[in-house]
Amino acid sequence: MLSPTGVAGSGFQESSFERALEQRPHFIGCDAGSTDPGPEYLGSGRTAFPLDAIRRDLRLMLAGARRLKIPLVIGSAGTAGADVQLELVAQMVKEIAAAEQLRFRLALIHAEQDRAYLARRLRENRVKPLNPAPAFGADTIARSEHIVGMMGAEPVQRALEAGADVVIAGRASDTAIFAAIPLARGFPAGMAWHAAKILECGAAAVVNRKTPDCMFAWVRQDHFVVEAPDPALRCTPQSIAAHSLYENADPFRLVECSGTLDLTDSNYEAVSSRAVKVTGSRFVPAERYTVKLEGAEKAGYQSVLIGSVRDPFIIRQIDDWTARLTERIRARVNMVFGDRLKPADYVFSIRIYGKNGTMGPLEPVREMRAHELALLFEATAATQEIANTIAGITRHQALHLPIPEWSGLITAVAFPFNHLERGAVYRFNVNHVVEPDDPYEMFPMDLVEIDGAAFRALAA
Amino acid sequence: MSALAQLARLIRSKNAGPFELTFDIMFEDAATYERVKRSGAVSREVVAARYSLPPEKVKFFYCDHALAIKASIPRPATQGDLADSDGHGGQQYAPLMDIEIP
Repeated sequence: MLSPTGVAGSGFQESSFERALEQRPHFIGCDAGSTDPGPEYLGSGRTAFPLDAIRRDLRLMLAGARRLKIPLVIGSAGTAGADVQLELVAQMVKEIAAAEQLRFRLALIHAEQDRAYLARRLRENRVKPLNPAPAFGADTIARSEHIVGMMGAEPVQRALEAGADVVIAGRASDTAIFAAIPLARGFPAGMAWHAAKILECGAAAVVNRKTPDCMFAWVRQDHFVVEAPDPALRCTPQSIAAHSLYENADPFRLVECSGTLDLTDSNYEAVSSRAVKVTGSRFVPAERYTVKLEGAEKAGYQSVLIGSVRDPFIIRQIDDWTARLTERIRARVNMVFGDRLKPADYVFSIRIYGKNGTMGPLEPVREMRAHELALLFEATAATQEIANTIAGITRHQALHLPIPEWSGLITAVAFPFNHLERGAVYRFNVNHVVEPDDPYEMFPMDLVEIDGAAFRALAA
Repeated sequence: MSALAQLARLIRSKNAGPFELTFDIMFEDAATYERVKRSGAVSREVVAARYSLPPEKVKFFYCDHALAIKASIPRPATQGDLADSDGHGGQQYAPLMDIEIP
């Protein structure tokens, strides 16, 4: 199996991709999303990678897959895998097919969740928290911009059984994209899931990663072998074993919808200076099939202001200074808005870079060693206009906040420019799983027959 | 005595999903890894102390094949929340660098 890159839109070398195609993969898989860029993509429906970059990767993958007449499976379309992003990628696929005169059957698998469905499962006590999890209730569902389910391998397998050549899935487990086909062909689940786990990040598991690039795996009955198509890239037993550390809380147990991949007894051996053979990985089926939810809601609209202080008098009293400033800003906001804006209706905060701006409450260093501090003022409220007003008040109050060491009017902060509008800002609001009746009910599918510029929907 | 940062080839932090932070302490060779592991100087309790957490909040692993020590903690703020300062969790490892290894 071939993984051209870790995220569609992050790129890969065409030479590596061509070399990989010469090895006759049975399918091409590619992850296209993550929560790692933050909640704004699930909240807003935008994509983290530029559309032109996604189009370039998709075009090469589609053309390569059709040339070899092998399936192409893309998961987590458009970063967060919500319907608006699935539609965006589907449109891109249709445009590429028209331009390149490609013919194939396309399956689109939806991962955005119906609010009434979630409310029903919640009432049935079939939405369970993971640890740690925020509170999740009917009001959370109502507040969310989008909630997606992270699909397992089964909806992808169903699409392929329905004759799909190209599968574009909404939010999907990164590993499920790659495990679906080997599992359907009867390979042991431990091998299929572990090989999938390595491939989902493209060439990230090599020793000497230069740029995002392709990775290839041969899955067999009792082992799999992984190697990067670019002859300059090397996998070692250590680099492949270390890959399960990346972005996982537990490096030995990786939870999927249908069970847990257990790497406790995995063994890694070099089969060449560039390829690694893996044995011993196990998959423990779950008693109950679960689907993880991801949701994002609007936290408000934000205005930010960046400034700095150089006066050692201010620096040595910075905590007191920011506390006094916050008090003044709140008083001034109250004068301006009165009862129209209560203290709980907006969030005002100041980050202090040079003190604990990076680590916040986790910062163990207490004394300040900096001769200047950067200050990031953030105002978040229900509308951009209110946030802008608070930012404007902040600028004026901060400039002239008196300190006891000086008498007379001071100008206390250096602002390189005035406030910036950040627009809507979002927060993740779910870390729960649903217990569905079956692996498919949360992931409806559309089938489309594509022939160059022509396309027609089929009954799924 | 050596500082952990002098012995490790890489100490890194990263999100493990939006609700957890994970730390990887990775070594170039088995001898150095074994030295650090056997010393016991990097433990669940030490990581907990460096981040002012009770030890039961810390997941802690020795990864022999990977020549790595790994720990995971709850994020102080969910990734991307108003209070979050590090969206990718990439700059939270500095307190581990000066752990003294005998």
